[in-house]
Amino acid sequence: MRTALILLRKDLRLELRTLETVPAMVLFAVVTFVIFHFGLNRDTIDGQLAAGVLTATLLFASMLAINRLFVAEREQGGFDAFLLAPVDRSAMLLAKAAALFLFMVALEVIAVPAFGLFLLGPSLGPPLPGLILVLVLADLGLAVIGTLVSAIAVHTRARDLIGPIIGLPLLIPALIATARAAGPLLRTVDPASAPPGKWVAILALYDLVFALLAYAVFDFLLED
Amino acid sequence: MRVAPGTTLAVLGRNGAGKSTLLRILATLLRPHEGDVLVFGEPLPRRAFNVRARLGLLAHEPLLYRELSGRENLEYHAGLHGVRRGRVQEVLEAVGMERRAGDPVRLLSRGMVQRLAVCRAVLHEPELLLLDEPRANLDPAASELVEPLIGRQSGATRVLTSHDPGSALAEADLVLALKDGRPAFIGPPEQLGESQLRDLYA
Repeated sequence: MRTALILLRKDLRLELRTLETVPAMVLFAVVTFVIFHFGLNRDTIDGQLAAGVLTATLLFASMLAINRLFVAEREQGGFDAFLLAPVDRSAMLLAKAAALFLFMVALEVIAVPAFGLFLLGPSLGPPLPGLILVLVLADLGLAVIGTLVSAIAVHTRARDLIGPIIGLPLLIPALIATARAAGPLLRTVDPASAPPGKWVAILALYDLVFALLAYAVFDFLLED
Repeated sequence: MRVAPGTTLAVLGRNGAGKSTLLRILATLLRPHEGDVLVFGEPLPRRAFNVRARLGLLAHEPLLYRELSGRENLEYHAGLHGVRRGRVQEVLEAVGMERRAGDPVRLLSRGMVQRLAVCRAVLHEPELLLLDEPRANLDPAASELVEPLIGRQSGATRVLTSHDPGSALAEADLVLALKDGRPAFIGPPEQLGESQLRDLYA
């Protein structure tokens, strides 16, 4: 855990220094909402459509972070330096997943209110607690899978292509569960007070399965 | 071949002969395709974890983050190696980098970056130093500064490569000459004849 915190602190420091990832994600998400606003030719959306638009936008924005997650390690010798240290390899999985999770949270702190402002019909206030729960679960799954995919893609020449090609199909179940869990919260008429338990459970199970899978295979991705 | 503790092995050979690859294998970063490699008596890569704390690698790449300062980089590495507080300042002063330690690495000259790379490699006081062209980019004054850390005075067992066979031979107790990835000569430097040396770089 101590090693993971050292790695996480370094990653956050690098992001604060360069501002390469989170601002790009935020800009992408906001522009996408504006495009949906005009593309759908609707002032407001709600229910399942709103949940789908929000989830898909956040998912695509996350690809920007996933593509860049290991770039500094690859290009500046971070992998070698880490592998030379007498530390547990899984600390890097934990740290990178935590960094990606925090990038997603930072994105959502700006993007979700922007979504409420540009597109969402009903007020964002009442569904917010339920939406936060759903997004946190979605972010956990995305952080784990994103880290795994990024660790694979960074060793390839076409990493910007490989990330989405591998990552998006793996994230489809999370996309479905997130959208289905958030949909009833965002209805204008008869909104649900809490997300449907079935979809929340599926999302949590999905997170758990991929966390275990990532823990099992991550060491091999770091070796030569 | 065996390298005795506290001695220096010079690895010679043309570009692409396999010098850096050998160093990366010894550093546990690459798996050997054949043969047995033991470091501190531990077989690699099976027992790699046991030797990592005891070796330091100075590679072609400095293994430093360009956007972080020299001090931030060294503190990061000190954290990974569990190095005592105060050691970072100690090595920075040793290579004369304490005044520029707060600057991002991307703003430093190659020589300064190489001095920081030396700091990183010796931060945890390794018993085995793997030095790939250790004096690359260093002027004579800087070379003198890093000498106590990576030279014979360091007391560490050293495996070094150099583009200049003369200086490498002067430091060596044992020489391994590589040609096309295979050993062409193993022995003390005085037994390596002029013609063999010429043939090696032909």
